[in-house]
Amino acid sequence: MNRQNRKSGRRSPVASVSLLLIGLLATGGAYAAFTASTASAAVDLSSPEVIDQGAKLFAANCATCHGQQAQGTQNGPSLIGVGAASVDFQVGTGRMPMQASGPQAPSKPVQFEESQIKALAAYVASLAPGPAIPSESQLTGGDVAAGGELFRINCAMCHNVAGAGGALTEGKYAPVLKGVAPVHVYEAMLTGPQNMPAFNDLNLTPDDKKNIIAYLQYNEENPSAGGLELGSLGPVSEGLFLWIFGLGGIVALTVWITAKSN
Amino acid sequence: MAQNENGSSDIVPMTPPSGAVVGTGVVPADTFENPGLPPHRPRVTDLDPKKKKRAARFVVAMFWLSVIGSLFAIFAYMFFPIEDGNMASVRLNTLFMGLGIALSLLAIGIAAVHWGKAVMADKEGVDERHPVRGTEETRARAVEIFKEADEESGFSRRTLIRGGLIASLVAFPLPAIALFRGLAPMDVDPNTELKHTMWKKGLRLTQDPTGTPIKASDVTIGSAFQVIPEGLVDLPEHEKLDAKAKAAVLLVRLKPEDLNWTSEQRASWSYDGIVAYSKICTHVGCPVALYEQQTHHLLCPCHQSQFDIANECKVIFGPAARPLPQLPITVDSEGYLVATSDFTEPVGPSFWERSTS
Repeated sequence: MNRQNRKSGRRSPVASVSLLLIGLLATGGAYAAFTASTASAAVDLSSPEVIDQGAKLFAANCATCHGQQAQGTQNGPSLIGVGAASVDFQVGTGRMPMQASGPQAPSKPVQFEESQIKALAAYVASLAPGPAIPSESQLTGGDVAAGGELFRINCAMCHNVAGAGGALTEGKYAPVLKGVAPVHVYEAMLTGPQNMPAFNDLNLTPDDKKNIIAYLQYNEENPSAGGLELGSLGPVSEGLFLWIFGLGGIVALTVWITAKSN
Repeated sequence: MAQNENGSSDIVPMTPPSGAVVGTGVVPADTFENPGLPPHRPRVTDLDPKKKKRAARFVVAMFWLSVIGSLFAIFAYMFFPIEDGNMASVRLNTLFMGLGIALSLLAIGIAAVHWGKAVMADKEGVDERHPVRGTEETRARAVEIFKEADEESGFSRRTLIRGGLIASLVAFPLPAIALFRGLAPMDVDPNTELKHTMWKKGLRLTQDPTGTPIKASDVTIGSAFQVIPEGLVDLPEHEKLDAKAKAAVLLVRLKPEDLNWTSEQRASWSYDGIVAYSKICTHVGCPVALYEQQTHHLLCPCHQSQFDIANECKVIFGPAARPLPQLPITVDSEGYLVATSDFTEPVGPSFWERSTS
């Protein structure tokens, strides 16, 4: 009877699941290939068409809070003079457009395509001069040791010595630096987004910034020599681990030693 | 005598029932009785010879597992050597050595405890409590022994020897005191050391760690500079750290109208919105450098003290007792930021002599 059912055209559940998987993979793959191809396209930030496209995107997505001429409203700051670097950081990490008002705009899935982000950056940069998006050569080839020293002096107090992030006041926090693109690290240092202080080129020179990026990348690529990192949070997570598993193990052994054999 | 409120008749005490002891009326009848020892319960290894054999085999196995652990640690040391400059090799070496040694010790412990609990004879014994005080004879004999010892050693009689013993015992901890005193500065008054830093009039503010002097125009609004005094980088290593621990400064620039001052004099310690504050927390001396450029708050990471830069670094939260000391600054003829004096109060946490001059 079963066999007859199968022969009469009823598909097995495995077949439908695999069909579904194939379909998903095909559309996902095509989408990834499509977005990858658009991302790699270079955008000329000074061309009038790009600036025009950026102006339209700005009016549709940003002007509610930042004003029609990016002059700022009571809900959002003025963007005149913040530069392309600021826009590329805020929009490129998904912090803008902001989802909800709160102590801090969190990083979230990016809302725009790469070319749209560049167009927005071009529009804001056209309003007044400001920091530009760093080029690829400004991000690679830094000195890890020098970067480590600069990171410990200027960044580690908020972002943790391993870049694991940390809490600030009243719900604000310094975000985790692992997995952040070097270009966004550079732009953050240059522009000082939200409550982070800005580190202009006279405070941390372009070489200094390059070194700091090299240090962060080294940290990310090399495993901790001390073994399990426990989030690199220091005494908080390490202490908790020992209190629970270390002391717990000792208590369990003590109970076992003193219990009567059955 | 107790009187009834309604009349003059005396309150008559209840006559106790026959057989009761006077004064025990509130003692409940079911007083706690000594339940004695619980009955002896034989273990499964006593009842079942197979289980006893299995327990014995387990003990043997654990002892041999310990031997394996020890050998593993030796092999790990040989086959995962520490290579110069390779941190991953250090990790593997210590990890496998540690696992081997841990296994070897833990297995010995488990085997010994299991041996005692499951294989060795299971007999319960009772030790009755007895009075701690010895008999009169024992006590008299003890006193006698002390007297005999005193007589034989001559402790009471030979006063010179006794004096020497006491003197030597008093003298032997003295070197430790001298050693600990040596940890504090010797040729200067520690009090002055605590009250003064390297900053003085005309000393330029320079960047940590390079020692590059900072121009006022370098400090844009929203910037934060980690500052050390000019010349600190040229000091010998030890002196450098000592000086930096007191003189570290955070330099930030706000819009001048955002800064609120309590006096004209305090306002003159800043330059066009640029202010410099000691980085040493007034609570227990952690470096305070978590600067939020929009709220102008400084957060100490150790105990969450918060200081408000817009209001002369007043404490707005946490255990710190005082605002962070401000470094008075101005610019020199070349546009570089310079200190106009040392801090006007001791930096860092409180100490006994802080308020005395």
